[in-house]
Amino acid sequence: MSFRHRLPVHIFRIAAFGSGFLTIAVFLMMLYLGWPLLSSGQFFVILTQEWRPGEGVYGIFPMLVGSFSMALLALCISLPLSLGTAFVATTLATRLMKSVVLAMVRFMAGIPTIIYGFVAVFLLVPFMREQLTGGSGLNILTASLVLAILIAPTMIVFFVSGLQNVESSYCLAVDALGGRPVQKLLYLQLPQAWPTIVAGIIMGLGRAMGDTLISLMVAGNSVDVPEAVTDSGRTLTAHIALVIAADFASMEFRTIFACGLVLYLFTVVVVAVLRILSAKMVREVR
Amino acid sequence: MKCLRKSLFMSLMLLSFAISATGSDTGVFVDQKGILKIAGGTAHIPVMKEAAKIIMTENPDIRITIAGGGSGVGIKQVGEGLIDIGNAGRKATEKEVASYNLHMVKWAIDGVGVVVNPKNSVTSLTTGQLQDIFSGKTINWKELGGEDREINLYDRDAASGTRAVFWKKALKKAEVSKKANVVVSNGAMKTAIAGDPYGIGYVSVGHFDMTVAPIALDGVVPNLETVKNGTYWVARGLYSLTKGEPTGLGKLFLDFLLSPTGQQIATDKGFISVQ
Repeated sequence: MSFRHRLPVHIFRIAAFGSGFLTIAVFLMMLYLGWPLLSSGQFFVILTQEWRPGEGVYGIFPMLVGSFSMALLALCISLPLSLGTAFVATTLATRLMKSVVLAMVRFMAGIPTIIYGFVAVFLLVPFMREQLTGGSGLNILTASLVLAILIAPTMIVFFVSGLQNVESSYCLAVDALGGRPVQKLLYLQLPQAWPTIVAGIIMGLGRAMGDTLISLMVAGNSVDVPEAVTDSGRTLTAHIALVIAADFASMEFRTIFACGLVLYLFTVVVVAVLRILSAKMVREVR
Repeated sequence: MKCLRKSLFMSLMLLSFAISATGSDTGVFVDQKGILKIAGGTAHIPVMKEAAKIIMTENPDIRITIAGGGSGVGIKQVGEGLIDIGNAGRKATEKEVASYNLHMVKWAIDGVGVVVNPKNSVTSLTTGQLQDIFSGKTINWKELGGEDREINLYDRDAASGTRAVFWKKALKKAEVSKKANVVVSNGAMKTAIAGDPYGIGYVSVGHFDMTVAPIALDGVVPNLETVKNGTYWVARGLYSLTKGEPTGLGKLFLDFLLSPTGQQIATDKGFISVQ
């Protein structure tokens, strides 16, 4: 092959290696900066302590609770909605309705996060304050509701592609046996698409965990360990955003590497689970 | 074509107006070019923006960028050499000055006032009441003569210069409840209080407007006059920092802030001039 033909190959290869290396470099960087915490064993201590800078205690336990509770609650709210939307978009609606629903979902996925945050601050927060939760309206439940809307498009796209990619010969067989669309959905498409659905759920959970702006704007950011969903809470991501302005050498600043490491490891676990599931899915299809 | 001529005429008018309004303090910027990066304290931003607008309108070769981030960010970024001028609403600590070789210029004084929503009937508090509110001992507006609703606390992040002076001089270093909500800037605090009829927080006096109502502390209403004559004591200097002695555009900009025009801008934006 001439050089002219090989050039694109080289460029793509460099791009692929470069992006792969960057991911690893970020992890090494986090590890290097967080090393003083890890080697002294403080890392595990701060995971379990509270955040009381006045007394020299810099634990990130409240933020761990905040992050996981918000992400899980958002998932619990979003899952039924997304699954239902996917059912409608693939099977239950008329052809016109299906394309309208899918177009809306894709449009939703494209709306910047800050727009959701804005709408939440001016509409949802006052509503929650006056009608439901009391207090300031800035709390875990409010943030979870917004996050649920935020992660829905991701999950719906996954679910729809899973439900649509069922072998067409199976579908024809169900049709030939006189199965109704709902029966086809429940007894054929859903079990067949299960691995993709699980992958979509994990993607949604990862997105909910990783989001910074929504929790920073509507979760309240208090450093107390939340005891109820109506309490104000702070996520790991919001904590990083809030503490990053602190003095470089301070202990406050060092804790954000612990937050970063936890988030990074969480992402690694999510991606690993995703890979294993998709590999299993491919095997099953064959 | 007509439209173009009209807009050209308008911009010429504006330009000449700007020149005549600012006088000779911007003369030193003639023939200067380059980029000046400014970031840090959010209380400084209105003044920085106005100063930058005047300088850039007269000297198109100068670009001035202004970012927020808070006092901590301002000090850190200027120390790391990421920006030319870092703004801080507190004095840089001795450690910061020593490790980064910082040069500090104080160009205005700013008060920090307690604010509530304009719908709130409470207009005055004592220092003791304020301490009890922020420590979480007083939890209902009823105890202060207001509505029977829970008090929603709003605090700033630990690196905030506004928070530093509020905590030291208004709360007298008393504890702040862990249940307090935390917002990221003076602007965000104002938005939060303006949207929450039962909230209480604090902003720079320069940020006061109709959307929030100031609270008199021990009988003293925070405003320009009381900060200026010293009767309102929750006040601080507004600083701009450079790494080492200021040079070039940075020096000219800081000199401009201290010139009569610069000081007038600071006064117009609700701060007290130092000259």
